[in-house]
Amino acid sequence: MPLDKFGIAKRIARELRDGFYVNLGIGIPTLVANYIPAGMDVILQSENGLLGMGPFPKESEVDPDLINAGKQTVTTLKGSSLFSSAESFAMIRGGHVDLTVLGAMEVADNGDIANWKIPGKMVKGMGGAMDLVAACDNIIVAMMQTNPKGESKLLSACTLPITGKACIQRVVTDLGYYEIKDGAFNLLEIAPGVTVDEIKAKTLGKLVVSEKLKTMEV
Amino acid sequence: MNKVVANADEAVRDIPDNAVLMLGGFGLCGIPENCISALIKKGVKGLTCISNNAGVDDFGIGLMLKTRQVKKMISSYVGENAEFERQLLSGELEVDLVPQGTLAERIRAGGAGIPLFATPTGYGTEVAEGKEIREMHGKMYVMEEWLKADFAIVKAWKGDTLGNLIFKGTARNFNPMMATAGKITIAEVEELVEPGELDPNMIHTPGIFVQRIFKGENYEKRIEQRTVSK
Repeated sequence: MPLDKFGIAKRIARELRDGFYVNLGIGIPTLVANYIPAGMDVILQSENGLLGMGPFPKESEVDPDLINAGKQTVTTLKGSSLFSSAESFAMIRGGHVDLTVLGAMEVADNGDIANWKIPGKMVKGMGGAMDLVAACDNIIVAMMQTNPKGESKLLSACTLPITGKACIQRVVTDLGYYEIKDGAFNLLEIAPGVTVDEIKAKTLGKLVVSEKLKTMEV
Repeated sequence: MNKVVANADEAVRDIPDNAVLMLGGFGLCGIPENCISALIKKGVKGLTCISNNAGVDDFGIGLMLKTRQVKKMISSYVGENAEFERQLLSGELEVDLVPQGTLAERIRAGGAGIPLFATPTGYGTEVAEGKEIREMHGKMYVMEEWLKADFAIVKAWKGDTLGNLIFKGTARNFNPMMATAGKITIAEVEELVEPGELDPNMIHTPGIFVQRIFKGENYEKRIEQRTVSK
C-alpha cells in the first residue's frame, strides 16, 4: 500500500531532532507538525513573522492579527517571538533554519526543484519558496510520486521553470524515501507493500536502488 | 512638527496618478484598510503597487484591481485572487513576481540607502535572468536592486503623534521595512496616543520614518482561512 499524505508526514517527522528550528510549507509539509515526537523540542518558523507557531486557536481565541504563511489563524506558544519579513528571511537566508519541508510539482535527479509556475496556466508566484531552497542545506520534499495524470514527478530534468538549482537532498513520496546524490534518486526505503518495479515504472529520473533498501517504518 | 492628519482622505490627498506605492500586509493581515478605501474613493489611476500579495477579489488591493487603478504589481504571491490572474493572463496588468525574502530585503535596502546587494535566492531560475551574477566564497549570488516608493502606506497597532509605531502579532510583516522606504510614509493606526505613552523600548518603527499618521476606523480585519481547534 502506498502511503497517504499522513504517512508521508509521519515518515518526515522521523527526521526531526531535538532543538530543530523548522519551516514547514503548505500542504503535506504542514501535517508534519502533528507527528513531532513527544518530549522533543521542535520550534516551527512561519515566514510571515512567527517563531514558535502554536496550534489553531479555539473559536474564542481567533485573532486576525495572528496567522501563518498559509493565511490560517494560529496561536503563539510560551517562548514564541514575532518579527518582520526582513528578519524572518534573515533567519532563512542566513542559514539559521535547521530543516525545511516543502511540496513540489517536479524534482530532478540533480536536485533541481520546480514548484512555482506553470507557464500560461498558473501564475501564483513563488512566495518564500525560492529563498528557502536557495539558502537551507537541509531540505526535504514531500509529495506524491506521480501527478494526477499518473506521470512521474521524479525526472531527469524539470520541465517547468525551476524554483532552485541543485538544492534538494531528500524526497519522501507515497512510494519511497530517496536521497539525491551523484545525479540519481537513491531509493533507501520503500513503502510497505510497494514493489521496486512499481517505483521503477514511476520514476523518470535516474534511479539507484540501495543495496541496503529497507521497508519504511511509519 | 505636526504629522497628524484627520483621516485617510487627507493622508492620501496628494497621491497622483502613476505614483509608486508600497502597501504593507501579508495576505489580508496588517493591510492599510482605510487608505485603500480612500484611494478607491479618490480614483487615482496607473498605480504601481509594491505589496507582498494582491488581496482577494473583494478585499484589500483586490478592490483596486477591480476598479482598474493598478498598472503594475510587484509581489511575491498572488494566488488568492481570480481577478488578478485574469488581468495578468490577458495582459491588462503588469506583474513583477519577486521572491518574498528578496522583496523584503529590496525594500529594507531602499530604506537603508543600499542600492545593490547579493542574494543566493533565484540563482539559476528565471528570476535571475538579465541580472548580474557574482561568485563569492564559492557560491553563486544574484545582484538585486533596492526598491523605493513615492508613498509607503503602512498599518500599525499603536502609534504616537510623533510617528513612533508598534505592530501587533503577524500584522507586522512588511510594514516596518516599507515605512523606511517611502519618500512620504503614511501610517494608519488603531490607537493614536500622545508622546510618552508608548514605552521607547517597545517601538518597532521610530518616528523619523513616518511623515503622516492618523487613527483609522472600522477595521474589518478579514480572515482568509479561519482555522480552529476544539
